[in-house]
Formats: sequence, structure tokens, C-alpha cells
Amino acid sequence: MADEKENIGEKKYKYSIIIPTYNERLNIAIIVYLIFNHLRDVDFEIIVVDDGSPDGTQDIVKQLQQLYGEDRILLRARAKKLGLGTAYIHGLKYATGDFVVIMDADLSHHPKYLPSFIKKQLETDASIVTGTRYVKDGGVHGWNLMRKLTSRGANVLAQTLLWPGVSDLTGSFRLYKKLVLEDVISSCVSKGYVFQMEMIVRASRKGYQIEEVPITFVDRVFGTSKLGGSEIVEYLKGLVYLLLTT
Amino acid sequence: MKHIVKILSLLVAISAFWIGLLQATIIPRSHTWLLPIYFVVSFGCYGLLMVGVGLMQFPTCPQEAVLLQKDITEAKEFFKHKGVDVGSD
Repeated sequence: MADEKENIGEKKYKYSIIIPTYNERLNIAIIVYLIFNHLRDVDFEIIVVDDGSPDGTQDIVKQLQQLYGEDRILLRARAKKLGLGTAYIHGLKYATGDFVVIMDADLSHHPKYLPSFIKKQLETDASIVTGTRYVKDGGVHGWNLMRKLTSRGANVLAQTLLWPGVSDLTGSFRLYKKLVLEDVISSCVSKGYVFQMEMIVRASRKGYQIEEVPITFVDRVFGTSKLGGSEIVEYLKGLVYLLLTT
Repeated sequence: MKHIVKILSLLVAISAFWIGLLQATIIPRSHTWLLPIYFVVSFGCYGLLMVGVGLMQFPTCPQEAVLLQKDITEAKEFFKHKGVDVGSD
């Protein structure tokens, strides 16, 4: 008889999902709903690190806590916008899971991929499972040609210089073994998406096993120019920094 | 070993090979002097090719936007029933 307990998680492991938020009043509720929908047989907690959102995000989270339980949704807010890296570190302090998932609150990362992250990790015992948008079963929606060009160019440059061993360096939808995240994050100093690159490159240099799963990424922030000249300069500086220090 | 050391070692090895070719005159000297230029140009072209091919094959998922909208509507309905005021987008 085949092993009946093929449920993901098997209630053996606990997963802490850290979601940094800033003005995500509607999205945080939807994300929470979707996470509970897709992780029915999994032991998990959601840690919302809100940076003093003025739009009432924390009020919504408190209502969600009433609905789902304060042991399933933790609100660990901060007074003001302090950046992503420190948000993860802050959330990590309260995480009681064996694994930590980091994801964005704006619905570009869909919780329906969480089971595939968990499954991949259980199958391979990887230290890190990272979502990649750039493979066949993955993909991006909402990017124009220019954006795709810069993304592809940036990726080829990063692959050539850094040999990172992953196809999507700037992605921020990842599952880490908790101890691995603690180890890697303590040695990272960059900000923004260079921070995400630094995390995965340092982990790769330290010899941690990294696996990838395809994810789709729906960019709903149409029209905002997220890639201006200064972003490109920051990126290039980040690449050189990583080239020389990792 | 730091990554930059690996890259520099690779460059040193390639340079040594090139200097060896210069000394050994298997290939006529005039050609050998131009080899680094050929190498850099080919390398650059390969990079551009990779960017172009990747751009053409860039995976897209328009159906995901539709599915996401469905999920959002479903979630909003759920919260309406539970009395959680999520406001509007």
C-alpha cells in the first residue's frame, strides 16, 4: 500500500510566511484568504510586518486575526518605512516555523504556488527554494517590451558576471530553511532588489542547495516607471559590489 | 575562494594560452595578435544573442491576470459575508 500521508506538510513541519506590507489594505486580506485556501493541510503562520501604513492595513490585519486566529496571523508592525531587509529580520524574530517563506503583498506572488515550493523542498531537502519567472512554466504579465528587454539584459549580465546558479536573481518569492535564512541575511548589506540578489548569491557561495520552481508574476502596477536611469545605475553598482565581495 | 578570484584565474589562464600561442608560432603572429579582439567581439555577440533569444522566448502568462481577478472577486465576496470591510481597490 502506498504511503497515504502524501499531503504536503503532513503537519510535521511548520512554515512561517513573512509578508512585509506598506499600504496594502485590500491586498493583504486577499493574500491571507488565498493562503488559507491553498495550504489547507499545512501547519503555518503568517507574519505581517507593516511599516506604519496610513491606509488602515493594520486594522484589516486585526480583523483577519479575529477571523482566522491570532496564532495563525501575527501582526508585528514597525513605526515607519524601514526597508525590506530589516522587515525580514524583524519578522524572523517572531517566526516559530522550521521554514520561512518570503513573498510580496501586492499579489504579484500568488499563494497557489506555495504547495509547489513546499513539495520541492521536501523532495530535494533543499536549503532554499526560489521562484523563477523566467522558465517555461513560469512567466510575467504586465511588462512592456522595454521592461522585458531590460530584465533580460540585466539577467544575462548578472549570469555572465556572477555565475549564480539560479535563473531568476531578483525574485523575492522564496522558501528558506529558517536557520539558512538567519545565516544568509546576517551577511547581506544591500537594499532593494540588489538585496534579493545578494541573498541568493551569498547562499550559493556558502554552498547551500538551491532549487527553483516556476512561478507566474502578474505586475499590476501598470504605468509606473520602476526602471529609470537611477535604478539601472544602482543595479550595475550592485553587480560590481557582488562581483567583488562574494 | 572568492568569485572574482575564479574569474581572474580564468582570464590569466586564457592570457597564458594566448602568450603561448604567440611564442609557439603555430598560427602566424599577425593572426595571433588579433585573437583577443576576435574573442571579445564574439563574446559580446554571444551576449547580445542571448539577450535577443531570451527576449523572443520571454514567457508570458496573460491568463494569470484573469485568474487573479477571479480570485480577488472570490476573496472580496468571502469577506463581505464575514463582515470584514476590505474597502475598494
